[in-house]
Amino acid sequence: MTSSSSYSGLEEASSKPHLCGAAKRGSAAVPHHSNPDRPETPIIEFREVGKSYGTFTILDKLSFSVRPGEHLALIGPSGSGKTTILRLLMTLETVTAGEILIDGRSLNREERSGKIVQASEAHLRRMRAEIGMVFQHFNLFPHKTVLENVTLAPVLTSRLSKEEAKNRAFELLDKVGLTNKADEYPARLSGGQKQRVAIARALALQPKILLLDEITSALDPELVEEVLSVITDLRNETNMTMLLVTHEMSFAKDFADRVLFFEQGKIIEDGPPAKIFQEPDHERTRSFLRKVIAAGQRV
Amino acid sequence: MESFDSLVSYAWFILGGAAATLELTVLSCTLGLIVSLIAGLSLLSKKLLVRWAARTYIELFRGTSLFVQLFAAYFVLPLAGIPLSPIQAGVLAIGLNGGAYGAEVVRAAIQAVGNDQREATIALNLTRWQAMRWIIFPQAVPLMLPTFGNLAIETMKATAIASLISVSELTFQAQMVRTQTGGTALPFITILITYLAIASMMMALVRWLERRLSRGLVSVRT
Amino acid sequence: MSWSWAFALEILPALLDGLIVTVKVTLISSVFALVVGLSFAIAKASRVTWVRHPVLLATEGIRRTPLLVQLYFLFYVLPDFGVLLSPLTAGIIGLGLHYATYTSEVFRAGIESVPVGQWEAATATNLSPYHTWTHIILPQALPPMIPALGNYVIAMFKETPILSAITILDLMGEALAQANFNYRYLEPITLVALGFLIVSLCSAAIIKILEARLRLENG
Repeated sequence: MTSSSSYSGLEEASSKPHLCGAAKRGSAAVPHHSNPDRPETPIIEFREVGKSYGTFTILDKLSFSVRPGEHLALIGPSGSGKTTILRLLMTLETVTAGEILIDGRSLNREERSGKIVQASEAHLRRMRAEIGMVFQHFNLFPHKTVLENVTLAPVLTSRLSKEEAKNRAFELLDKVGLTNKADEYPARLSGGQKQRVAIARALALQPKILLLDEITSALDPELVEEVLSVITDLRNETNMTMLLVTHEMSFAKDFADRVLFFEQGKIIEDGPPAKIFQEPDHERTRSFLRKVIAAGQRV
Repeated sequence: MESFDSLVSYAWFILGGAAATLELTVLSCTLGLIVSLIAGLSLLSKKLLVRWAARTYIELFRGTSLFVQLFAAYFVLPLAGIPLSPIQAGVLAIGLNGGAYGAEVVRAAIQAVGNDQREATIALNLTRWQAMRWIIFPQAVPLMLPTFGNLAIETMKATAIASLISVSELTFQAQMVRTQTGGTALPFITILITYLAIASMMMALVRWLERRLSRGLVSVRT
Repeated sequence: MSWSWAFALEILPALLDGLIVTVKVTLISSVFALVVGLSFAIAKASRVTWVRHPVLLATEGIRRTPLLVQLYFLFYVLPDFGVLLSPLTAGIIGLGLHYATYTSEVFRAGIESVPVGQWEAATATNLSPYHTWTHIILPQALPPMIPALGNYVIAMFKETPILSAITILDLMGEALAQANFNYRYLEPITLVALGFLIVSLCSAAIIKILEARLRLENG
């Protein structure tokens, strides 16, 4: 049994902040495509999640949830814990307290012979199948061609035959406009092209959740647009749940139907972009946005 | 003074040892390569016992001098009921000794592959084995090659001491000619040139391999 | 055949005599390898072609051929040309020269790591080549090389058993003499292996400490 309801003790412990989160959301505008009358299982749920390195705490009792198909932008100053949230979801880091649920199933814990234990590698691999990630520095495999970068994982995780994987890869490369680069090695591509390959690679596994970690921060300014337009298409054409960590405020505004503003590991603002960017509740948010505008960004 | 004909026949006799030198070199390098991969990967194992076993092997073989290991293999192992031919003892000692040095090269090269590559394999849901087999190891190999090339030449040079346990390789043959004829310059200059030629061929081979295996990686660090 | 403590004790004094020879040879050869290695490195950095090329050729030749053959060459071939060396002298020259080609690479890398600006500054302040080397380049280049050079000294120590092949009674030479005389190999070879293991592990630990200290000094 992997349903969260079996972890009765944990449920009790986390019920309070969870309800708080729900109440808070009630005051915000509800995304147009979800039905507020029918309670859904959140596709992502953080329950009092903590992450610390030794004595240094990044996240402390963080709770929030995400509905299927939601497009979330995570903004806030550097070091506020936004990227850590994506890394915890991708299981690149392990949670040090609390629990993360994906589609109602625990990501970081599993039940084995009646006991709740730290998730095993096998459990992590099952859970990861739902999640894809695009990295700030692309992390393409330099010794593989563009096509091989995209086909490798689907073939190895035996989701697709070589032929199917190749067909899918060409479809995806077509979507990101790079079919003509299929046989090149990543070293021969521009930054924007590399990031588009990385997006195709993440999509090849057909994840339900796509994590985008500062995907334009490492790019020259003139290359940002080609990557963002791919993401915009993806947002409009699929029903994937997408979490975007970004410093591009204008893009966050266009992309997201919900924005979380983080500071020092806490969510201090949660609502639709119109509200967060025009009339935020907190002075801290306003001063952050002022700084961003002063740095030359259009909001 | 010997006649020209007998000089030529002595030279041929000495060069006959090149076959044994090459045999020792190839077999020792092969054993050394296999052992360095196993021990090098074991050093990165999650299991303490595996790491510890690899560490013990490496320190033991790096710490006790190849020369001593060769004599142990030839004179002491038979006492433990493992009689070895001179060639077998030579390959065992030289191969295991080289493997102890190679293991550290393998470990260092694998660790030198960036963490971003490891994270990408997790995000793509590969198993640890798949990640090693398809992503990490292929990128580590070009990093190992130059040092492995040097180790291979050290291995080739080390085969000379197998003459002391009566393997009839180049040095042994030269010594034979010296003791039988009293001539010194001819036998030793002949084998010096032969060793030099073998070493140079090996270096050319490594350079060629380096060029072949580094495709796609050349302009990465820009 | 099983281990005999009595025999092990009996041969121990002879082995200790051998160990003293081994340490002596290692120390003298190390000094030789360092001095000659540094000269090789300076010669390889020379702008004069007829200095640079012969040294490059000689060092590469020595690096690519076995030490044992070089020792035989010094011990057997040179006397035919009127150069008679004692086993110990031949051993020290052979070992030292062989490792000089390795240390010269360490010196070369160290010298190259000194920024070009230092050479230019030395020229600008009108220092002679000798003073440039002794006051500017070497004081900066030497300290970071110490661990690598130390590792070569350990390597030379482990290579000394090969000197028994030219009749030197070092640790291995004594052990083989005892083994052949009594026809018992187990104890002599085990004791020699143990001796090498202890010295190698200790000296490797010392080098690690040195390395850590150097890192601290360089912040």
